[in-house]
Amino acid sequence: MRWLQDPILDVQHLTMRFGGLVAVNDLSFQAGRGDITALIGPNGAGKTTVFNCITGFYKPSEGMVALRKPDGSHLLLERLPGYDINWKGKVARTFQNIRLFSGMTVLENLLVAQHNPLMIASGFTFLGILGIGGYRKAEKEAIEKAKYWLEKARLMHRADDPAGDLPYGDQRRLEIARAMCTDPLLLCLDEPAAGLNPRESLELNELLLSIRKDNGTSILLIEHDMSVVMQISDHVVVLDYGTKISDGAPVEVRNDPKVIAAYLGVADEEVEKVEAEIGA
Amino acid sequence: MEIFVQQLINGLTLGSIYGLIAIGYTMVFGIIGMVNFAHGDVFMLSAFIALIFFLILTTWLGISSVVLALFFVLIIAMVLTSLWGWAIERIAYRPLRGSFRLAPLISAIGVSIFLSNFVQVAQGARNKPTPPMVQDVIVLFQGESGYNVALSYKQIIIMVVTAVLLSIFWYVVQKTSLGRAQRACEQDRKMAALLGINVDRTISLTFVIGASLAAVAGTMYLLYYGVVSFNDGFVPGVKAFTAAVLGGIGSLPGAVLGGLIIGLIETFWSAYFSIEYKDVAAFSILAIVLIFMPSGILGRPEVEKV
Repeated sequence: MRWLQDPILDVQHLTMRFGGLVAVNDLSFQAGRGDITALIGPNGAGKTTVFNCITGFYKPSEGMVALRKPDGSHLLLERLPGYDINWKGKVARTFQNIRLFSGMTVLENLLVAQHNPLMIASGFTFLGILGIGGYRKAEKEAIEKAKYWLEKARLMHRADDPAGDLPYGDQRRLEIARAMCTDPLLLCLDEPAAGLNPRESLELNELLLSIRKDNGTSILLIEHDMSVVMQISDHVVVLDYGTKISDGAPVEVRNDPKVIAAYLGVADEEVEKVEAEIGA
Repeated sequence: MEIFVQQLINGLTLGSIYGLIAIGYTMVFGIIGMVNFAHGDVFMLSAFIALIFFLILTTWLGISSVVLALFFVLIIAMVLTSLWGWAIERIAYRPLRGSFRLAPLISAIGVSIFLSNFVQVAQGARNKPTPPMVQDVIVLFQGESGYNVALSYKQIIIMVVTAVLLSIFWYVVQKTSLGRAQRACEQDRKMAALLGINVDRTISLTFVIGASLAAVAGTMYLLYYGVVSFNDGFVPGVKAFTAAVLGGIGSLPGAVLGGLIIGLIETFWSAYFSIEYKDVAAFSILAIVLIFMPSGILGRPEVEKV
């Protein structure tokens, strides 16, 4: 129960309504610092909506999303303007459908993610043009960092190609590399293994584990691929129809009858039995 | 032959002014998908700012070197016009960003009317002349019929200043982080925000850059023609917009190329055919090009992914 003692992300009573539809209903959960936390659930359970609330795409109707910094201070993400969630909150995310800047090169995609430090170093470009300040040094460091992540995502040989020309699996890894270039404390991945073949999926697992180990970044991920979830996550939160139905270590969750019922459904004659089991 | 070379020089000068204005249209269109109809009037306003400061510097402060005065005028005009550009975006466009597509367009037309009327009231409706600034010419060669092909100093100044500022601008867009952020916002504004880019600020800076290039154009226009009036924003503005569309809207080299083409068509048509129909010629070429190349000369055709 490490996530309760030292959570990096503390979601309390999160509710998101679209008109009359309640997509997320009074959801509370914690993601532990240094953990890989998986958010799973059947289609339409509200997982991506939770992500959108955390990363500022939506303003939650109710509730609180607190990010706890290593120094103990915390930041209420739902009150920050969109760009500050990444810059001040240090939360980065990727999308279910890849959203790279496809017209820019792979390297440029990684440099865009380091825009803020570069802007400061170049005095909002004006000093940079005049050659004042440490712009060149900052640019060099930014390229070094981009190279580090290119190496890690094994995309070095494609650095100068337009991002849109990369094969699907490479684009997935590039999106993760780009998110990591913003130095996040929490990395939110929306179905990173979607559409990957088993080998690519395995490589992805290795990349995620090494991100946690080498960079100390906590990861929150939405995933349908149960092999990924069970292999790499420390903590699983299960959603169904916008409410939390289970929360715990992967093994506990896997054997939770509520989860099995939500995923597989139950036959008519067994409804009463299962309901008795899950205490509904 | 002599006339041809002379018109080529004149056309390139005029074309570089159009190109500078066209960049403002094409950049704003690229980043927020809006045609900033007030941009022509920002250009006119900058010519007035240049005129006023030129007179202040030469008559009140007694700077006798015209080149030095022009240099200061250029800087002052760029700074003040940038402020106007920033304020216009902040007041008239940003509040409408979440609104329907036509709202900022209508707002832009409103700003355009406001600016030309403001200048008309504040500065009077008559043409405002400047004292002649740079008059020397270099005679390149003399034709057999006694026709001198001349390159005037002011044409040299205009082309050199344009070339220098365009290269700085090109460097900013291609090589700096601001330029990368602009291109990123062009492609996917929400994703850019998720990477920590302050999208509103990037858009503001786009307007500032566009307005400062318009100020360069305004100062050069004043230097070239020596006269400016409150409604001078309209026709050059529309022509620069035409240039941006001709070059492929959203494409920066396209805007400069389009500006040069429009400038050349206009001067050659005036020289060889009829000066009254020069605008008809420029716009007819636009119509023809758009029929055969709908995305402009250097524009990327829009590919719909299914």
